[in-house]
Amino acid sequence: MAVIEAHNIRKSYGDLEVLHDVDISVREGEILGLIGPSGSGKSTLLRILDLIEPPSGGELSVFGIDVVAERDRWLDLRRRMGMLFQRPIVFNASVYDNVAMGLRYRGASGGDIDRRVQEALEAVGLSRYIRSRAADLSGGEQQRVALSRVLVTDPEILFLDEPTANLDPTSTATIERIVADLNREAKTTVLISTHDLAQGQRLAHRIGVMIEGTVAQTGSPHAIFHEPRSQKIARFVGVQNIIPGRVVSREGGLTTVAVKERRLVSTTPPPGEEVLAVIRGEDISLHRREPGYEEAENLFPARVAAIEPMAPFVNVTVDCGCDLAALVTARRAEALELAEGMQVWVSLQAKAVHLIPREG
Amino acid sequence: MATKTGTFSGDAEIVSWRGDRGRQVDRCIAWFSIMGAAIVGLTVLAIANIAMAELADPAHLLEVAASPVVIGSILLTFLAGANAVLLLVLFGTPLAYVLARSRPSRLKGIVESIVDLPLILPHTVAGLLVYLLFMRRGWLGAPLAEIGLAFEDAYPGTVVAMLFVASPFFINTMREGFEKVPVHLENVARTLGAGTFTTFRTVTLPLSLRHLYSGAIFAWGRAIGEFAGVVMIAYYPFIISTLIYYTFTTEGIRVSRSIAFVVILVSLAVFYLLRRMTRLMGRYDDRV
Repeated sequence: MAVIEAHNIRKSYGDLEVLHDVDISVREGEILGLIGPSGSGKSTLLRILDLIEPPSGGELSVFGIDVVAERDRWLDLRRRMGMLFQRPIVFNASVYDNVAMGLRYRGASGGDIDRRVQEALEAVGLSRYIRSRAADLSGGEQQRVALSRVLVTDPEILFLDEPTANLDPTSTATIERIVADLNREAKTTVLISTHDLAQGQRLAHRIGVMIEGTVAQTGSPHAIFHEPRSQKIARFVGVQNIIPGRVVSREGGLTTVAVKERRLVSTTPPPGEEVLAVIRGEDISLHRREPGYEEAENLFPARVAAIEPMAPFVNVTVDCGCDLAALVTARRAEALELAEGMQVWVSLQAKAVHLIPREG
Repeated sequence: MATKTGTFSGDAEIVSWRGDRGRQVDRCIAWFSIMGAAIVGLTVLAIANIAMAELADPAHLLEVAASPVVIGSILLTFLAGANAVLLLVLFGTPLAYVLARSRPSRLKGIVESIVDLPLILPHTVAGLLVYLLFMRRGWLGAPLAEIGLAFEDAYPGTVVAMLFVASPFFINTMREGFEKVPVHLENVARTLGAGTFTTFRTVTLPLSLRHLYSGAIFAWGRAIGEFAGVVMIAYYPFIISTLIYYTFTTEGIRVSRSIAFVVILVSLAVFYLLRRMTRLMGRYDDRV
């Protein structure tokens, strides 16, 4: 069941259009990751879904309630949700008072507040700071205070707006673990925006990609990263090879594409005649000599054109009639004794070659 | 003050106030200080001038200072000013919040101009505006007179006139304060389940207390200094500026100068104290 259903959402600030044609649905109990470049509208969308700001147009239902029509229920609905922001924001008061805010707004009794604040702080491992001034804590600790301030209200939907963008790796890991546990144990629905692609893949069950103010694609992490729907999405999810080509034939479930002097086969049905072949660098294997047995459909010799270390990987550009960027581990690159100008063999599975229509 | 000269950039040095005298002083800052001294000097000279004359005859000064008319008038002025400020805080604070949070629009521009109008108008014009509106036959004066609220030559008249001329000082300062409270702090409170008013009451207003306080002091200072605005609608009861003007025209310079000197001393003392109290507000005002 969808707890949030948004259709055709629009948002403008004066003449500036921030969101347009946004369609997104969030299923109960899932972690949905929103990824996209800065300024693509992720934060604005989260604020709209969390009912902090009204959309300029479109349909939006939260918990099955049409919130565009029923503005007077926003506060009640908002109290069933919680949000953690990118910057660690604590108020200049004790940690206890910070965490108690949401409960006080709900008119909880003193004893109840004491008990639940204690529990919430234990959950984020900060109960020893309960009497400290929140502003004296480190950035990572402040963000954990902010998280427990949200969790103490038992939200059914948790919004996280780039929650770890300003944090060190340890704090990031702690917050990710808490969120994952919460989703697994309390079945909390989580909507997390991030520009950290790895975080999106680690946490999310499904991912939505926001490009230029709209949700350009939603799907499983695998689909988003290996079968992006457009060139812009492919670029954003870090695909190294986006090469123009022309469909030559289609037989036996394989599409053959001419890319300059090279022919590549792909399992994708041709989306048109003029296509872009989308190939992730890590799907390309390099060999010192022709492999005796290789199940990859694409196999051809090539010449190493450039070697660029990108720890922990090495980015190897090979010329095989067209330029391909392959991503190999540093250790593998060492074993291959790669050098510019040397001959190698390239193998590439047909299903690693994803075809999308050429735009414009 | 800086006794050691620290270097900010290149060889520019911080002006040292104490010690190291005669060493390099930034010429630009020196000139600025000299020019500034002219302004401050003018005030000091004016006060010294009146003080010399008054302190030469302390008996007369004390007599004037202790007279019930003067004391009553000072109290009335301060009270009416405080009353006007109270009304401003009550009605001006919501307006300041709306102005701080709304997006620029034509309507907003018009409202801003109206708010600022008392700043631009000659005080006599302001006084006339207030008089015409609140006089016994005025648009507001007439219906309010029916329920027994008279403005002409009465305390309420003094208060509305002060309210009118002081309003931009409070509203603009308060608005600046609200603008400095980041919207995302309000958003945090709202995501935690606070409604709009609760957010305002528990987050925005506490963080703007310092601006509320200094806006109120500005407005109060402006209110108690008013003459032309007030005198049109409420010649009586005598506020301090009316009293000084009255004694100046009837009893001459000697008495009015003594009253003026008393007012200067009292005002200096009160505003100094009020400014000192701002320090106590700091603790509640720290930004996140």
